[in-house]
Amino acid sequence: MPLERSQVEHIASLARIGLTEDEIEMFGRQLSQILEQFEVLNELDTTGVIPTGHASGLQTVMRDDLAEDSLDSEDVLKNAPRREGEYFRVNAVLEE
Amino acid sequence: MAELNWLSIQEAHAQLTSRQISSVELTQACLDRIDAVEDQVQSFLTLTPETALAQAAEADRMLAAGEGGPLTGVPVQIKDVMCTEGVPTTCASRMLENFVPVYNATAVERLLGQGAVMLGKGNMDEFAMGSSCENSAFHPTRNPWDLERVPGGSSGGAAASVASGQTVYALGSDTGGSVRQPAALCGVVGLKPTYGLVSRYGLIAFASSLDQIGPLGRSVMDCALVLNAIAGHDPRDATSVHQEAKDYSANLGQDIKGLRLGVPEEYFVDGMDPGTRNAIDEAVSTLEGLGASVRPVSLPTTRYALACYYIIAPSECSANLARYDGVKYGYSYQDTDDLWEALEKTREYGFGPEVTRRVMLGTYALSSGYYDAYYLKAQQARTLIRQDFDRVFEEVDALVTPTSPVTAFKIGEKIGDPVQMYLIDVCTLPVNIAGLPGLSVPCGFSDGLPVGMQLIGPHFSEETLLRTAHAYEAATEWSAARPGI
Repeated sequence: MPLERSQVEHIASLARIGLTEDEIEMFGRQLSQILEQFEVLNELDTTGVIPTGHASGLQTVMRDDLAEDSLDSEDVLKNAPRREGEYFRVNAVLEE
Repeated sequence: MAELNWLSIQEAHAQLTSRQISSVELTQACLDRIDAVEDQVQSFLTLTPETALAQAAEADRMLAAGEGGPLTGVPVQIKDVMCTEGVPTTCASRMLENFVPVYNATAVERLLGQGAVMLGKGNMDEFAMGSSCENSAFHPTRNPWDLERVPGGSSGGAAASVASGQTVYALGSDTGGSVRQPAALCGVVGLKPTYGLVSRYGLIAFASSLDQIGPLGRSVMDCALVLNAIAGHDPRDATSVHQEAKDYSANLGQDIKGLRLGVPEEYFVDGMDPGTRNAIDEAVSTLEGLGASVRPVSLPTTRYALACYYIIAPSECSANLARYDGVKYGYSYQDTDDLWEALEKTREYGFGPEVTRRVMLGTYALSSGYYDAYYLKAQQARTLIRQDFDRVFEEVDALVTPTSPVTAFKIGEKIGDPVQMYLIDVCTLPVNIAGLPGLSVPCGFSDGLPVGMQLIGPHFSEETLLRTAHAYEAATEWSAARPGI
C-alpha cells in the first residue's frame, strides 16, 4: 500500500526533517517500494517468539558507582555552533 | 626503497625491527603513493601527512629502544566514522563537516598506543549508510581495478586505499557488510568481528546493535594482527564483552584437515553473477582439497534477512541520528529565531538523501500504530534468523558463501534505485543480524573484477575463520594480485 502524501509529511515532522515538494514525492514513492519488500515478513509465524534486541546476550551492564573525570567543559563546548559562556546557546523554547 | 607501501604488516614489522627500513621511509613511501594515485582513487577525506611523519619518527624511536609491537611504525587509514582527537571526523556528511573530536575511539587509541602511523581518514557512504561509497557528501571513491566502478561500501575508502597500495591496512566498520563487501569488490581481506569483541566507543553510531569495527588488509595475517590490537573489553562500551585475550595470528599456518564447512544454498541468489558463482565453486573445491569436508546446508530464514535488517537498522539509525540538532556540534541552520524551523532546516541541509531516507523509514517503523507490525516483527525474525545459524553450527564449523552476489558495478548504475542497492548486501546482512563474525577473502576474478569468498562462523570463532582463510590464501594466488593503477 503506497504511502500517502500526508503520511510522508507526518513522518518527516516526527523526524524533524524539512522536505521540499520534490522530496515528498520521491521519498513517498521510494519508501512505499521499500515497505513492499517488508511484506515477506508476514509469511513468518512469530507467535510466542521472543524478540532479539542485540546478539551479544549481555544484560544490563552496571559499573561501580564511583566518581570519574568527565570531559573538560571547554572541550565539550569546542564544537558548539553557538555558545554563551559555559552554555550552548539555543533559540527561545518558550514563547511569550 | 621501491614499493615499501606494498609490504604486509608482517613484512614491514620484520624490516622495521631489523632496522632495514625506518618507519619514516615506510610512511613516506605510502605518502608518495598517495600523491601518485589519490587524484584518481579518492579514497581519503582528510590527509594528515605531517602528523603521520611525526608519528613515524616517534615509532622509529620506540623501535630503536626495542619497544613496540607488530603495528609499531606501520601506516593505517582510519574510516572517517571513528573519532580521532584533533583530526576532523565527518562521517562523509555535511552535518559533521567541521566536527573535530576531542577524544579518540578506543580502537584508534589502541592502534596509536602501539605506535601506529595514521595517514588520514577514509571516505565512506554518509554515516556508513550505503554499499557503493557514492553516498559520501564530498566525493565518490573509485575502484582501483576499474576507475569507472564503485569500490563498494560503506568502507569504500578503506578497501580502495588498501587495494591501491596507499596504506598498509585500514580500519573500517561493518553494520550490514560495510567491511566485507568493499573488501570483496576491491580484492582485499576484510574481517567483521563478533558483535561485542571490539569496542564501539568513539565509533559514530549508525545502528548500535549491528555496528562493529573491523580491519581491512592485503593478507589474512594482517587482519589477525590488527584484531589482536583492537579486540578486548572496554568499560566505556556497555556491549563490549569480557573475552580472554587471544593471539589471533597463532594458529595461522595450521591445516584445515577435518574442518566441517557448510555451503548454504540460499546465498546463491537469483541474478548472481555467473563468474562469481564459478569462483566460489572453485574456492569450495580448493578448500576440500585442503582437507575440509563440505556439505550443503540450508538456512531457510535467509529470505527474511533483508526485510529484518532494513527495519532494525533504520529504526536504530533514526534514534541515533536524533542527536544532530544543530546545538551541541555539527551543522547548524541559524537564519531563524524559531527553534523548530532551525531544527528542521539543520537536518534537511545537513543530511544527504540516503540518510534522510533511512531516518524516515526508521521513524515510520517505530511510530505509533506501526511498531508491532514492523519493529517488533523484525526483532522476532531476528531471533529466528539467529536460531537458524545456531542449528547449522551444530553440524558445521563454518559457512562458505559469496560475499557479494555481484562484482563492482559502475558508478551511477544503482544509486537511483534504493531497493536494488539494498539487495547487494543480501549475503552479508544476516551475519550482523545474528552478531556473528564474517570474513571476506579474495577468491578470483570475474571479467577482470575481484570476487570475494565469505566465511561465517559461530560467535567468537574468529580463529577458525582466520585459519581457514589463511590456508586458502596460501594455496592460491588471488591475494597477491594488484590492480594496474
